Amino acid sequence: MVDQKRIDEATGTSTVGHEWDGIEELNTPLPRWWLWTFYLTIVWAIGYVILYPAWPMIHSATKGVLGWSSRGQLEQELDAQTARRAPTLNAIAATPIADLPTKPQLMQAAVQGGGAAFRVHCVQCHGSGGAGVKKLYPNLTDDDWLWGGDLATVQYTIANGIRNPDHAETRMSQMPAFGHDGILNPAQIADAVSFVRTLSKQEKPSASSARGGAIFAANCAVCHGPNGDGGRTVGAPKLNDAIWLYGGDRDSIAATITQPRNGVMPRWGNRLDPVTIKMLAAYVYSLGGGEKAPVLAATSAPAPTEAQPEGQGSNGKP
Amino acid sequence: MDGLVMKAGGWLVLALLALGMAAVAVDTPFAVHMCIVAIACLAALWFTISRANYDGIARGIPKTSANPSMYDDDPVRWGVIATLFWGVAGMAAGLYVALQLAFPALNLGLEYTTFGRLRPLHTSAVIFAFGGNALIATSFYVVQRTCRARLAFPALARFVFWGYQLFIVLAATGYLMGVTEGKEYAEPEWYVDLWLTIVWVSYLAVFVGTIVKRTEPHIYVANWFYLSFILTVAMLHLVNNLSMPASLFGSKSYSAFAGVQDALTQWWYGHNAVGFFLTAGFLAMMYYFVPKQAERPVYSYRLSIIHFWSLIFLYIWAGPHHLHYTALPDWAQTLGMVFSVMLWMPSWGGMINGLMTLNGAWDKIRTDPIIRMMVMALAFYGMSTFEGPMMSIKWVNSMSHYTDWTIGHVHSGALGWNGMITFACVYYLAPRLWSRPRLYSLRMVNWHFWLATVGIVFYAASMWVAGIMQGLMWREYGSDGYLVYSFAESVAAMHPMYLIRATGGLLYLAGFIIMIVNVWATLARKVRDELPMTETPYNAAADRPLVPAE
Repeated sequence: MVDQKRIDEATGTSTVGHEWDGIEELNTPLPRWWLWTFYLTIVWAIGYVILYPAWPMIHSATKGVLGWSSRGQLEQELDAQTARRAPTLNAIAATPIADLPTKPQLMQAAVQGGGAAFRVHCVQCHGSGGAGVKKLYPNLTDDDWLWGGDLATVQYTIANGIRNPDHAETRMSQMPAFGHDGILNPAQIADAVSFVRTLSKQEKPSASSARGGAIFAANCAVCHGPNGDGGRTVGAPKLNDAIWLYGGDRDSIAATITQPRNGVMPRWGNRLDPVTIKMLAAYVYSLGGGEKAPVLAATSAPAPTEAQPEGQGSNGKP
Repeated sequence: MDGLVMKAGGWLVLALLALGMAAVAVDTPFAVHMCIVAIACLAALWFTISRANYDGIARGIPKTSANPSMYDDDPVRWGVIATLFWGVAGMAAGLYVALQLAFPALNLGLEYTTFGRLRPLHTSAVIFAFGGNALIATSFYVVQRTCRARLAFPALARFVFWGYQLFIVLAATGYLMGVTEGKEYAEPEWYVDLWLTIVWVSYLAVFVGTIVKRTEPHIYVANWFYLSFILTVAMLHLVNNLSMPASLFGSKSYSAFAGVQDALTQWWYGHNAVGFFLTAGFLAMMYYFVPKQAERPVYSYRLSIIHFWSLIFLYIWAGPHHLHYTALPDWAQTLGMVFSVMLWMPSWGGMINGLMTLNGAWDKIRTDPIIRMMVMALAFYGMSTFEGPMMSIKWVNSMSHYTDWTIGHVHSGALGWNGMITFACVYYLAPRLWSRPRLYSLRMVNWHFWLATVGIVFYAASMWVAGIMQGLMWREYGSDGYLVYSFAESVAAMHPMYLIRATGGLLYLAGFIIMIVNVWATLARKVRDELPMTETPYNAAADRPLVPAE
């Protein structure tokens, strides 16, 4: 098209004089606010690259007048938090775990710190409220403990884990695979199930449960106790209550007897520092089911971190 | 006849070659892909044989060329239909993955329907299939009209269209089978990348060829944007996908880059895919269709020059802002941040030029639903190009990074800007391309407009709240110096936001389906009996290329 400038009526602005498929362009100058804001961002950018790391050189970049670095900022923030927490952490470290409940303020701090660590390391299995996952991971908010629920015992469990084959101090036990390994036949397992369910009063005594009683006495009572009270030295659960980790219906119990899970928990002693483990124990203890230290444990004064649980089977409630 | 035999034989050889590749493939997905290629070749063979002019060949009449006094609009028509087709697929996939986040059971326990595989299906379908087809179709339409010349290399233009659809099918099926390079928006594997390279270079040739044979003295601003989009995407695609195949008969390759270099290359690519695909390309659409629909001159020629050059110069450096507070060296993070902030005004230049083009025609916002869509598109463009530089500031980014705020930002741009401007263009094109008196219904355009707008508001608002909530929960320290929330607690807190987001997506998809009905009815020559709204007149006689004097 021939260049034909004209004044656009609606705006009173001249066109540039080009035309494409009926489209013309006005010769409007750049909006001043637009241009000055653009300049402002450029000036700001120049200022920023002087103040902060910016220009790549041969070996490293310019550091900037402020000397700021993202890693430096992170270190500073971490150091500040560490310094802030240090007095509390030192006090917790110096206090034997069994004595924590006698110092409510310190106990409270330990519960808070343990909660933070729990939310990072433990919620994946035990859930963000510690209520566990049905048929997979135990609930930590009730007073039904597999290995014991006093502070020192929980601490030991966390530090050494459960069924870690490469660790001598770990909590170790193994329920035989009665069905899978052919120790009991399916009919015997069904009878054992009947008996176990009478223990928890889910079923009325029957001929089957009577036969199962004998099987139970011969095979199960050694760990679970003659009345199904459980045995904490081997982490054998109570069978005469309403709490079932892997399910309490007939099929679930039969499945457990046939092929037990023998659940595993990692040991945290090689990953977390002793104070964190101590605080974790305090947090788990505080969830609702914490037990008083057994009388025996109090006299043996366990070491703060690698405390060996002494007495078992206490029914004491917090 | 020889030519026909050669062509048909060529397709057959290619099909057999692909089947041979399938036979020696080292993994199943590669074999499946080669079978798809073979099917495509056989379809081309059938098309070649069945559509040949045997009568003409028998009489020795040379192939007649298409009418030189008309624009070559076949690939544009196909492109409009492909845009609608892939749009439904991509948006439905988006709605589904949004629901998966709210209800994980929708993963269905199948590897093919997990979030991880459907998400790239969604992003690629809406960006590259829906957006890409819209860009290719409108660029072929606009470049012909603003150059007043027919498309250069018409056969190549058809190859570009069909080749691009094959790329989409290979990419999409690959995602479902788990074939991925693991690079966001660049997931397709090496052989699909090579194919896209061939298609894209052909696209460049058609586009530049048409500009070269133009009969207008100057190149219109829309064509600068289209050209920068085509060229830059070619460069980004080539560099980011440099990789070494593990086998020439397998679907696995290893990137030429590693570690933080790989991350930086990826986000240099990723950010400029946004910059040049979703910004420059769609600005090109805006620069033609807004003045045409408004029947007003472009607001400022000078602004178009300054904002074009500043935009393309600044955009290319902004990528590192995707890697704030990572292993990326501080100086590179600074680079990404300051260039992003400087990008603010150049981006807004396009919005100003689009909106102010309505000077003298503001009344059309009330009366013309297509103009209303364009204005909403420009408003969302302005909003997200302000939000982007703001989020690139490290202080903001330290909270917004990795949160759903980013998702909200992307979607206010994608749904608001890219989607709305594309809808407006399709509504403009449909009656003109198919020579219909008008759209089936302008009132349905209005319905589409409101459903889409309300949908975006739901989407963006819920993701802003979700993102800021996540950012604050992740960093919240209690008075005792410990983090307050676990990650899982922040996930649980997202649930209501995810429901609102899915509602927004549903509304947006519903509007899109109304559009498909409307376009379908328009093509079927139906006209809805309704109260009239403002329409932009169309002079078919003027919509012709200038035929050079022989």
